[in-house]
Amino acid sequence: MSRIGPGSSERVGGSRRRRLGLQPERMRELSLLAIIVVAVLAFSLVFENALSGRFFNRVTTSVAITAVLAAGQTVVIITRNIDLSVGSIVGVTAYLTGEYLGDHPDAGLFLAIGVAVLIGGALGLVNGALVAYGRVPAIIVTLGTLAIYRTWLIEHANSQNITADTLPQWLDELPRASVLSFGEFDIRLTFAVAVLVVVVLQIALGRLRWGRWLYAVGSNPDAARQAGLPAQPLTLVAFVVSGALAGLAGFMFLERFGTITVFAGSGLELASVAAAVVGGVSVLGGSGTVFGAMLGAVLIALLDQSLLRTPQVSEFWRDAILGALILAGVAADFLVGKRLRRRWAESRRSLSLGATSERGAVTDA
Amino acid sequence: MPEWARRWGWELLLAGILIGVLILNVSLSPFYLGVQNVINTFQLSIEKVIVAVIMAFVIVNGEIDLSVASVMAFSASVLAALHAAGAPFGLAVGAALLTGAIAGLFQGFFVARMGLPSLTVTLAGLIGFRGAARILVEDQSIGDFPEWFDRLGQDPLVGRLSFGLLLFLVGIVVAGIILHRTPFGRSLYVIGDNSEVARFSGINVARTKLIVMTSSGFVAGLAGVLFAARLGSVRGDLGQGFELDIITMVLLGGVSIFGGSGTMVGVGLSILIVLNIRNGLGLARFAITTQTGVIGVLLILSVLVPNLVSRFARRRHRGPGPAPPSGGRTTDQGGDLRGREHESQQATVE
Repeated sequence: MSRIGPGSSERVGGSRRRRLGLQPERMRELSLLAIIVVAVLAFSLVFENALSGRFFNRVTTSVAITAVLAAGQTVVIITRNIDLSVGSIVGVTAYLTGEYLGDHPDAGLFLAIGVAVLIGGALGLVNGALVAYGRVPAIIVTLGTLAIYRTWLIEHANSQNITADTLPQWLDELPRASVLSFGEFDIRLTFAVAVLVVVVLQIALGRLRWGRWLYAVGSNPDAARQAGLPAQPLTLVAFVVSGALAGLAGFMFLERFGTITVFAGSGLELASVAAAVVGGVSVLGGSGTVFGAMLGAVLIALLDQSLLRTPQVSEFWRDAILGALILAGVAADFLVGKRLRRRWAESRRSLSLGATSERGAVTDA
Repeated sequence: MPEWARRWGWELLLAGILIGVLILNVSLSPFYLGVQNVINTFQLSIEKVIVAVIMAFVIVNGEIDLSVASVMAFSASVLAALHAAGAPFGLAVGAALLTGAIAGLFQGFFVARMGLPSLTVTLAGLIGFRGAARILVEDQSIGDFPEWFDRLGQDPLVGRLSFGLLLFLVGIVVAGIILHRTPFGRSLYVIGDNSEVARFSGINVARTKLIVMTSSGFVAGLAGVLFAARLGSVRGDLGQGFELDIITMVLLGGVSIFGGSGTMVGVGLSILIVLNIRNGLGLARFAITTQTGVIGVLLILSVLVPNLVSRFARRRHRGPGPAPPSGGRTTDQGGDLRGREHESQQATVE
């Protein structure tokens, strides 16, 4: 890419996008979108109602929980950590919120969500404190708390399940509530909430200062620290966000299934990591978007629901395909993404060098 | 601090903890230290401890293998599926062992040749190989193995020692010699400590990592076959969650999660500690799920405590005089495992 000389930098605002081409993240998201469209079309050849409203509703309902978890997981992975405890946090919050609603039947929707998010956030705080201030690697901390939170739930539950008949009536109706309907196609409330979470986080990470700092910390922790960024509090915040979103997902789990056993949500930690990695979030930290992770979650939910309807392939193929998807996602990120990012960064640098020298010239004058 | 205390400090601490756990357990049951009980303690977890030995190699080398439990299930499922399909049993065992090695080689290729982080590759393996096991055995339980195979897993072979236990005892001694007394073993430490330095000093880093990851898969496959022999049947969820115990055994043993340090003596001691804690909790009538939570606490403490201790020591020694060695178990990377593999990547920060 040619270096842009002083003078042209005045027009940078207009010409920048064209000169740089697409940002690597956008490329990744677009190609995922294309894969999803191709997958839907391919499945529509295999079984009949892949293009129907009912199938759309089924996929969007099942994607909501994973998408929220994947969004939280993305925030953590961006800081070059990982949160394997989210499955257990979903179980604990779903159970405790169910218990709370059983004891306080007149508590409203927002209070219930508040309870779930608060409990999830507190569990995330424990993870974050151990990682950020105890300096224990995230993989160790969250592998440990994955077991600890689940054990606590099993002890606490004393082999009692939460059943739908102890829960208030409004919770029962929540899964079928729709925000918008286009003929057969419903935008269910839970899916809308998941999309809202993704949009808010996407904007926050991209536009707010602390959002950019999270990328900086994950991209190069030493440099971030030397630049004076509060690396430890940022890591803590990332885990609290992940925990709180796992709490929200726990509430969604409760309203979707009604019956909560002590093993509720186990395995969701793997699904959330899978969604993020397939969605182009780099496990080396510092790059990836929440929107990409959401697309990853959609792709996984689509495969899940389609495999159930494909007679040629048994549902037992699910995990094997998921594993292959993750590997493909990581390999693609390393083979293509790295090169794209480097080219993007180089052209950016030459741009900003041009801009700096221009500014320098002004100051000198 | 004298030299021997500095060098063996962690192992001495482990020995102290072990004695404490044993005293507690003896107070719960006076027959605790009987030879048969000690053997039973091992026999019930023999697959985990065998895999823990090779996991020490992987972690010293600066990598991690989260897929071991799934590889166990995969290779056991290959054995079961071939047996159910009527293949000669020897062939089925051979194929199962080969499956483990190929699974390890497959992951090793991505880690060693392509330079992908082992954490993600083996996480994909954890999901994918479990899926492969499910494809093979679906939701059945496949058994009816030849009698000699079941006996190999369950009955004593030499004296009171079973085949698995003999394998473990020989294995840990051989592993200790390879790790501490051969050029190959030393190269693992150099790579784990700093793979750049290792490359410049003429060590074939990629090949070494490939060998270690392949061995890890092979040993996990072997453990899967042993598990099938001990239980007499194979199911898709065989060994699920074993990675927690196995990684705890290695890290508690003083092997740094960042690679480059740790001893086989420490791993041996921590294997004894983990087994005896589980056994003691069982004696005190705690459920298996509770034991898992305790292992989780142990895992976190095994990294947290040395971190805090060395930070405290550094603070006390600040001022005149040379800084004390950091013990090799702390990091200034803000507690991240993947930092060492990270090449200075361009920031995408605006």
